[in-house]
Amino acid sequence: MDSSVISRPRPPSSHIDIGGPQQALLSVRGLIKHFPLSRSMFARGPATAVRAVDGVDFDIRKGETLGVVGESGCGKSTTARLVMQLTMQDKGELVFDGQTVGSRALPLRDFRRQTQMVFQDSYSSLNPRMTIEDSIAFAPSVHGVPHKQAIVKARSLLDRVGLSPVRFAGRYPHELSGGQRQRVNIARALALEPRLVILDEAVSALDKSVEAQVLNLLLDLKEEFGLTYMFISHDLHVVRYVSQRVLVMYLGEVVEIGDVNEVFDNPRHPYTQALLRSMPSMDPNRRTEEPPLSGDPPNPINPPSGCRFHTRCPHAQPVCSQTPPPLSDETGHAVRCLMYQPGSGHSAAPMGVAA
Amino acid sequence: MSAISPSVAPAINVNPERSPGYWSNVVKRLRRDPMAMTAAAIILLMILVAVFANWIMPSDPFQAGMLRRLRPIGTPNYPLGTDELGRDMLSRLMLGARLSLFMGITPVIAAFVFGSAIGIIAGYAGGWINTSIMRTVDVFYAFPSVLLAIALSGTLGAGIFNALLSLTIVFIPQIARVAESVTTQVRRSDYVDAARASGAKPFTIVRAHVLPNALGPIFVYATSLISVSMILASGLSFLGLGVRPPEPEWGLMLNTLRTAIYTQPWIAALPGAMIFITSISFNLLSDGLRTAMEVKE
Amino acid sequence: MSVIDMPVHTPDTVADSTPFLSIRDLHVRFSAGRKTIDALNGVDLHVARGETVALIGESGSGKSVTLRTLMRLHPPRRTTVSGRIEVGGRDVLAMSPKELAAFRGPVVSMVFQEPLLALDPVYTLGQQIEEMLRRHEPLSRDQARARALALFERVRIPSPERRLDAYPHEMSGGMRQRAMIALALACRPQILLADEPTTALDATVQIQILLLLRELQHELGLSIVFVTHDIGAAAEIADRVAVMYGGRIVEQGTMSQLLTAPRHPYTIALLKSRAHGAMEPGQRLETIAGSPPDLSALPPGCSFAPRCPLAIEACHAAVPPLTPLGNGQTARCIRLDQTASHTQGFVHAARP
Repeated sequence: MDSSVISRPRPPSSHIDIGGPQQALLSVRGLIKHFPLSRSMFARGPATAVRAVDGVDFDIRKGETLGVVGESGCGKSTTARLVMQLTMQDKGELVFDGQTVGSRALPLRDFRRQTQMVFQDSYSSLNPRMTIEDSIAFAPSVHGVPHKQAIVKARSLLDRVGLSPVRFAGRYPHELSGGQRQRVNIARALALEPRLVILDEAVSALDKSVEAQVLNLLLDLKEEFGLTYMFISHDLHVVRYVSQRVLVMYLGEVVEIGDVNEVFDNPRHPYTQALLRSMPSMDPNRRTEEPPLSGDPPNPINPPSGCRFHTRCPHAQPVCSQTPPPLSDETGHAVRCLMYQPGSGHSAAPMGVAA
Repeated sequence: MSAISPSVAPAINVNPERSPGYWSNVVKRLRRDPMAMTAAAIILLMILVAVFANWIMPSDPFQAGMLRRLRPIGTPNYPLGTDELGRDMLSRLMLGARLSLFMGITPVIAAFVFGSAIGIIAGYAGGWINTSIMRTVDVFYAFPSVLLAIALSGTLGAGIFNALLSLTIVFIPQIARVAESVTTQVRRSDYVDAARASGAKPFTIVRAHVLPNALGPIFVYATSLISVSMILASGLSFLGLGVRPPEPEWGLMLNTLRTAIYTQPWIAALPGAMIFITSISFNLLSDGLRTAMEVKE
Repeated sequence: MSVIDMPVHTPDTVADSTPFLSIRDLHVRFSAGRKTIDALNGVDLHVARGETVALIGESGSGKSVTLRTLMRLHPPRRTTVSGRIEVGGRDVLAMSPKELAAFRGPVVSMVFQEPLLALDPVYTLGQQIEEMLRRHEPLSRDQARARALALFERVRIPSPERRLDAYPHEMSGGMRQRAMIALALACRPQILLADEPTTALDATVQIQILLLLRELQHELGLSIVFVTHDIGAAAEIADRVAVMYGGRIVEQGTMSQLLTAPRHPYTIALLKSRAHGAMEPGQRLETIAGSPPDLSALPPGCSFAPRCPLAIEACHAAVPPLTPLGNGQTARCIRLDQTASHTQGFVHAARP
């Protein structure tokens, strides 16, 4: 590590580690979010809704990077917004370092200081009428830091993300390239010295060479500031590279979660297997012959009954359309599939009593 | 190779290079637009004439003289002729600029303030607040503006203040609609989400993020209403609902010179020409402003 | 896993090896206000019949501009084009508007990245395809509809009858892209230009579309020029690859050559900056210093020289000539002697 780097900032007293290293930094329990569809006054029958997130549970451990993968309609972006509390959940709770978000122990405002997000679109995430340093200084000044001090902090963060303050602090977003803007977004997310940073496709829109630079930066910052990341991406190579654990989502549910190498080398859920096999082969002599999955990712408006993947699953059996499988509770590598549920009725399931 | 640059403490305190702000770029682009500059020059001329009318008028605009009624353009001492009461047209047109411009600009400024407030609140709040505000606004918006102006003026009574009030009420819904639409758009952007995520209160977010981005487009729309306002004000005066004689105001002058169309058509057309030139200039300036604001470097 | 060993397509195994599409020394310049942008600076590319060539590069490399110039889609007032483009022996740059109209569709057609933007939202897919067909061939409405139905079946759209009467926004992303491919193939073109057709799609849909394109190419003997920034997608579909940087092709060769033995410093750096499964945890990615060139102020000499770790003075002085490397691989670099040892290649374990 560069010793000439500004000394590692001490987290403010409100950011002390309360629960200790074994306590998950963020626990998501039973999150549900449905978006009702507007309908004409004359429509009959029950109101339909987009069931974007339909019962999601997972933990993010302190100091790790949790990768989140899934395709259109899986609910990963909605989950990110729910974690950030930019959208309020219909049901379910968030527990941050042992304290429920929104409770007396941890009011929303205090939670917001500790959790920040980097968005995908680098351009629309910056106010076009604010200079770069003002954009970064905004969050601290909202929390009472005097303006001069906030500007100094903004400039030092700019420097930390590799943008010279002399050249960039007084500029406007449209004068910067995509990669530079994304660095500014990262600096802005770090201005409040958060503990958890959510990266929602933060590098997806960048050119490959710029993506590499920004990924390196993210890894360096994580080490230096002791951050925890939730890294959402559709690029499986990148997810494997940055994450310790990975979460796979399908149609609003978690279908598999576990150590990243475990999941990528031994995927259990048929969807995860198909997703991994869909990656282009990179070997012109051994090309993919058959698409692992046919059809398009389904619409979360009317998900299939029972196991949501059964309509496209090569191992589906009648019981799959009747019984929604629970997420198995192994801590190392959990999967939501009847094939791994003892006594579930699926022919491939191990013997035993149904949980 | 990582992207770390070794930080040097002095780098934090150096004054950064500052880009010219958004508005100075807009002004720069506007200066390069010949149409807009011509329009701005004409408007400036009108304003100067209006302000300094008392000093530059050749004659007394209220001095009537039945013997010199409706003298044609080019008469010695009365370069633009005389009106139906023998008053000097040029002086009346100059002084008339004052009221005409005043009645064109003031309602728009007032409507800009109130309309923006209503629209921004509705746009940012969303939900039932938005619905209740905007549907009320829609009721007013449903009336054709001329009809609404006349109806309000007629109810309130004639006079300058009442005319200004009714025109303001006519324009508030239009500006509120634009304001609400722009604010809704801004509110959906990621930087507003980022501001919410940092724990800022709604008022702070509106002040720091929404206003700077929304006021610009609303302002441009408002400037395009100035010409409409001038014409409506003239119309009200023409109908006897606004300015009362003997105050010179272009619309009123059009009314009183109506009968002169048969004998001195050029004189009767003069106030109309002034209205036309001024409102077109405002329109062109507004267009130029919109173009200058649209371009992203 | 169902991966079968397939013979690699080299130009020699394709039926006709004389280039069907031939681009020589193409220069394209845009005038935007007071600036001029040198988008293409001497592009040479040849595509044989039935061959798929991938154009790989980042933003600003000129890959999309190349495709659009092939169909002459740029506004003529602000664009200056010089060089030679030949398709089947005909000079594309000299075509009159009438000839161009007959050229686009039956000879060359294009598939875009975002079908929602490329398809007309107020007409059904069936109507759009029928319109295209009847523009170029004397068909009755029933005949055109039958052809459209056959096209939909060929691109594997389920319930094709129903989908012909659907509007673009009523279809999912993958189906829209299939519909766009059907539209592009309606008049049986000989060259298909694909501008990042799978970039906006989910992984499971992307592989379906790539396989579909490959299948159609075999069936119809199409030549495909496939623009992408994703080397993985190119590897699935391309016979040959051309890497672009700063408006020039810096390296060309077969897919295997480029993956096992890349020679141009930019190609090597690009391949190295990809995250892949064989990396150690915590290992940092190799990055390319600097940023892409400003196309309105291109430096003389090699456009990659300012960022190249191997650059010497001569690199900045003149544009490097095309150097043949054997077996059809070429590169534009004068420092190729320094890159001969990069033969560890980048064919990693097939899965991430």
